[in-house]
Amino acid sequence: MAEEKKLFKVTIDGITIEVEPGTTILNAARQIGGEVTPPAMCYYTKLKNSGGKCRTCLVEVAAGSTADPRPMPKLVASCRTTVMDGMVVKNTSSERVLDAREGVVEFLLINHPIDCPICDQAGECDLQDLSYAHGADASRFDFQKRTFIKHDLGPYIQLHMTRCIMCYRCVFVADQVTNKRVHGVLERGDHAEIATYIEKALDNDFIGNVIDVCPVGALTDKTFRFKNRVWFTKPVKAHRDCSKCCGKVHAWLRGDEILRVTGRKDKWGEVEDWICNECRFEKKNVKDWVIEGPAEINRHSVISQGHYSGKIGTTKPNDTFSKVMNGRQPKTLMNIHDISQVNLPGLNLAAIPGPAHSTDFDKANQKALPKKED
Amino acid sequence: MQALTQRAKPVDRRPMNWIEKIYLWNIFKGMLITFKHIFKKKVTIQYPEQKRPFSPVFRGLHILNRDEEGRERCTACGLCAVACPAEAITMEAAERLPNEENLYREEKYAARYEINMLRCIFCGLCEEACPKDAIYLSETFAPANYSRKSFIYSKNDLLIPDPKTQPEEFNIAKGLIEKKKISK
Repeated sequence: MAEEKKLFKVTIDGITIEVEPGTTILNAARQIGGEVTPPAMCYYTKLKNSGGKCRTCLVEVAAGSTADPRPMPKLVASCRTTVMDGMVVKNTSSERVLDAREGVVEFLLINHPIDCPICDQAGECDLQDLSYAHGADASRFDFQKRTFIKHDLGPYIQLHMTRCIMCYRCVFVADQVTNKRVHGVLERGDHAEIATYIEKALDNDFIGNVIDVCPVGALTDKTFRFKNRVWFTKPVKAHRDCSKCCGKVHAWLRGDEILRVTGRKDKWGEVEDWICNECRFEKKNVKDWVIEGPAEINRHSVISQGHYSGKIGTTKPNDTFSKVMNGRQPKTLMNIHDISQVNLPGLNLAAIPGPAHSTDFDKANQKALPKKED
Repeated sequence: MQALTQRAKPVDRRPMNWIEKIYLWNIFKGMLITFKHIFKKKVTIQYPEQKRPFSPVFRGLHILNRDEEGRERCTACGLCAVACPAEAITMEAAERLPNEENLYREEKYAARYEINMLRCIFCGLCEEACPKDAIYLSETFAPANYSRKSFIYSKNDLLIPDPKTQPEEFNIAKGLIEKKKISK
C-alpha cells in the first residue's frame, strides 16, 4: 500500500478538519466554509504571493500544534500562516480578533472616500461587506482625506485612487497574468498610489482582469461606468469561442443589453478563470454570446434582489392571453413604455463606449420627440 | 334563555301609553339634540378655502432636493429604487461634463428620474434610503388627474425650484411667502 499522506488536524472555532500540510489557516477555514472563514481583502488564491497586506484575516492561534501547544502571542494573518498538526484557531469566537478586525476596518476606511452612492463597485464591494460585518457604526476620523492627481489609464479602465486600499492584487495580476507590467505602486506611506508613472494606457490583452481582482472600486470598468447599478442588472453565465481566453464569463444584462462582462466569480469573490480584454470590453452584444443561464448569486447579496434561479430571466415568458383569446392582444390601460423616458429605444447604453453624458440623453430625447406626438 | 353577556337588556314590550302614542314628546327630545349642535364647535372644515395643517411626518408628494447652490443632490445611486416596495422609481445615470459643475453636485447624476405615482404607496422608504438628502416626501398631496400618463412624474416635475436662478418660486415652494401673506 502506498504511503498515506499525513494530514494535519486543525480546529477552527471548535470545528475540526483535516487538511494537507502547507495549507494556510485561511484556506483550511474556507474548506469548512460559513462563519468560520475570516474575511480577506488582499489574498487571492490564483495570485502567487498575494496576501498579508490588509490584515483583515487576522486570527488568534490558541494552540500552536500538538508538539508545542503554546498559544501564539500575537494575532496572525491567516492567509500567510500555514497550519500545524493540532493547531487550535479562534476566529469569531475570539474577542481579540473581532476587536482587531474592527480596528483594521477603521484604518482601511480612514482615507476611503465612502462615495458608495457614486461608486460602480457598490453592491459587490468587499470593503462594503467587510465594514458592514465588522466595522464600527461611525468614523472617528474628522480630518481631510488624502486625494490624488487623477491618472488616466486608457479607454477601458477607470482608476479612482482615493478608493484604493493598497492590496497589491492588481500589481500581481499584471505581473503574473500579463506579459509586461506597466503599472505599480509609486511613492510610499500615505502617498503610495497605483499609477503608471508616465501617463500610459494599460493595453495588455489581459489587463482587464485588474477590475475583477480589485476588492474596492479603485479600478472599475470604464465601459460600464455609471451605466446602471449592479443590483439592477441580471448576471447570466455566458460563453463564446475566444482564441485568447476561456471565453467563459458572467454577462450583466439589462433587458437584452449586455451592460458589463466580468469573469465568473466563485463564492469567495474570486474569478474562476482570467478573461481577455476583447471578451470583457468589446463584446457587448447578446448575439456575441451563448447564454447558459442565470449566475449563482449569494442569497444575502443585494445583487440577488429580483434574481431568480432556473430559466427565469433567460427565456421570454409565454403570453397566454392571445392564445386563449383567439389571437387578440390584451387591452392595456396604459403602456408605461409609451410615456416613460427611462429606457428609451433611441438610447443604447451598451453601445456607448464610456459613461453616458447629458449629450447622449439630449440626442435620445430629440429622437423620441416626434414619436410622442399623438 | 340565558343571556350571552351580562350587559344584555330585555326589550321593553309594554304597549305604549297615549303620550307616547302621539310621538310629540320624542320628536321634541330629538329636536333638542339637533338644536344643541348649533352651538357646538364645528368639526368639518371648508376644504378648498380652508386647509388642515399637515403633520410634520406627513408623507406626500415627492420632491428632488437641491443644495444651497442650486445643484441637484441626486447621484442616481439607485437606493431609493431598490428600497421601493412598489417598484415605482426608475432612473438612468450619466456622468457630469466639465461645464455642468453648477448643475450637479456630484460626478454622477440622474439624467432621467421617474416616479410612477400610480404605483407609489407613499411609504417613505425612498426618503429613508437616500444617502444624499436628495428625495423627500413633502407635505402635499399628489394632485388628481384625468389621464394616467400624467402620473408618471419625471425629474422636471419633482425637482424643487433653483434657489439661485428662481428665488421667488423657491420661497413660495418653501412656504416662506405664503406664510407672510397669512400673517398680514
